[in-house]
Amino acid sequence: MRAGMEIQIIAVIIAVACALPGTFLVLRKMSMISDSITHTILLGIVLAFFLTRDLSSPLLVAGAAFTGLVTVWLTETVAKTRLVSEDSAIGIVFPLLFSVAIILITRYAGSVHLDTDSVLLGELAFAPFDRMIVFGRDIGAKAIYTSGFLLLLNSTLILVFYKELKLASFDPLLSAVLGFSPVLIHYGLMALVSVTAVGAFQAVGSVLVVAFMIGPPVTAWLLTDQLKNMLLLSAGFGALSGILGYQAASLFDVSIAGSMAVTTGMLFLMAFLFSPRQGLVGIFIRRKRQHTSTGGTPKGAGWENRRRII
Amino acid sequence: MEHKICAVEVHDLTVAYDTTPVLWDIDLEIPKGSLAAIVGPNGAGKTTLIKAMLGLIKPLSGEVLFFANEQNAHKNDIAYVPQSGSVDWDFPATALDIVTMGRYGRLGWLRRPGKAEKQMALEMLDKVGMLGFASRQISQLSGGQQQRVFLARALIQQAEIYLMDEPFKGVDAQTEKAFVVLLKELKRQGKTVIVVHHDLQTVTEYFDWVTLINLKIIANGPVAETYNEANLNRTYKGHGIRLKEVV
Repeated sequence: MRAGMEIQIIAVIIAVACALPGTFLVLRKMSMISDSITHTILLGIVLAFFLTRDLSSPLLVAGAAFTGLVTVWLTETVAKTRLVSEDSAIGIVFPLLFSVAIILITRYAGSVHLDTDSVLLGELAFAPFDRMIVFGRDIGAKAIYTSGFLLLLNSTLILVFYKELKLASFDPLLSAVLGFSPVLIHYGLMALVSVTAVGAFQAVGSVLVVAFMIGPPVTAWLLTDQLKNMLLLSAGFGALSGILGYQAASLFDVSIAGSMAVTTGMLFLMAFLFSPRQGLVGIFIRRKRQHTSTGGTPKGAGWENRRRII
Repeated sequence: MEHKICAVEVHDLTVAYDTTPVLWDIDLEIPKGSLAAIVGPNGAGKTTLIKAMLGLIKPLSGEVLFFANEQNAHKNDIAYVPQSGSVDWDFPATALDIVTMGRYGRLGWLRRPGKAEKQMALEMLDKVGMLGFASRQISQLSGGQQQRVFLARALIQQAEIYLMDEPFKGVDAQTEKAFVVLLKELKRQGKTVIVVHHDLQTVTEYFDWVTLINLKIIANGPVAETYNEANLNRTYKGHGIRLKEVV
């Protein structure tokens, strides 16, 4: 298989795997926690590496996922004191944990392949070089299998717990009264986000993980009123960003991850402008029509009454 | 009230946020089959009382009993209508979706709502006069319509006790009357309905039991005996409400 094809397959699988839990992050107004988690997991990876001295140990994934949960817990604990706002709490916890990881790497693991550039931007271009060999046979890039496992995990769990996630995201109080602990569901989702971040960032870097988790769901939200459709659309937009991003990157010979992240932003911009109901252009046209027919701006037609500005 | 069964009993309940007490040594009994109002000024702890009853807030001390049982034993017997401002109405869901959520407790983990639940949800929407809006996205409903959806979601729980936090907020007069008819029907069926209520004028008309609260319980009893000027004055002391016109 050509390397270009493999890169696109990996990107599409990861994009879809990220968009599914990302949809719930967006609905729960927790987009920025994904940025935090994708960085702080590095600390977990580093600490687990010091324990095992093995970069391929599964303990690294466990350590990283655990750090993800610690990040969420710490952020909420700081915010709960009501001395700082929630976004400030993210701003305190995330750089702290991430920087400790950077210091540890530069001080003690300089010779190991754990460099900060690849954490941020990933190395998608090199992913096809790392092969999956089974019984001496090459069955494709390793990243296809790791990301495929992530996709399977995320889609299965979200399918199984769809009802519970929907209720706890819309109305945590009722969820608690009906016996579906919102705290349990919350940390379950955060664990899923952490594991996804660990699995995905090695291939695509933390910036692209955030772009895939947040961009496609936000775009989808502008286009649909149904949670099911929002999940499907955001998976579709994620996949599209992976393919278009790769094509653009090879056309202009620029960073693949960067190009894909830009594509998620471009897709959002398109929906923002041209979404039939909520798009800027549609609103402008409706407003214009109402202006000419009634001679004024009626309440509820204007930009200021858009449903949501994200 | 010895001859009547208590739907809710609260004993020695104290709740504090950080170090400030918001509810102080609450003792309270509401008999089964009551249509009860919880009345008090802003910041009196009405919402906190309801949340503490439901176990959503951990109290410093005290206990809450439903039908003389521990509160968790009866989760399917208690329906809750939170303040409509506590959720995000931009959530991608239809009115039908939201009402169906009321059945999730009976379904339990993993089991999905099916045809029966959908049918029931449509019936409940019909009851609150919202059948025509079943597939409407919830952000496109007016404030009053959103409250109707929340009421339908409580009705579908088919509970014994209904706890409602300001269900009349943002509702027009006609809808409010329709709500009261539904609440009185619940009472006739022997259900207990407890409502956080703001409009002092309508207490005697709508309710038969009243709990006056301002950090502490000021008075608790049948409206006819309890809802009087002296008790209201004690509840609203310093809040500058001209109570003579009310009672």
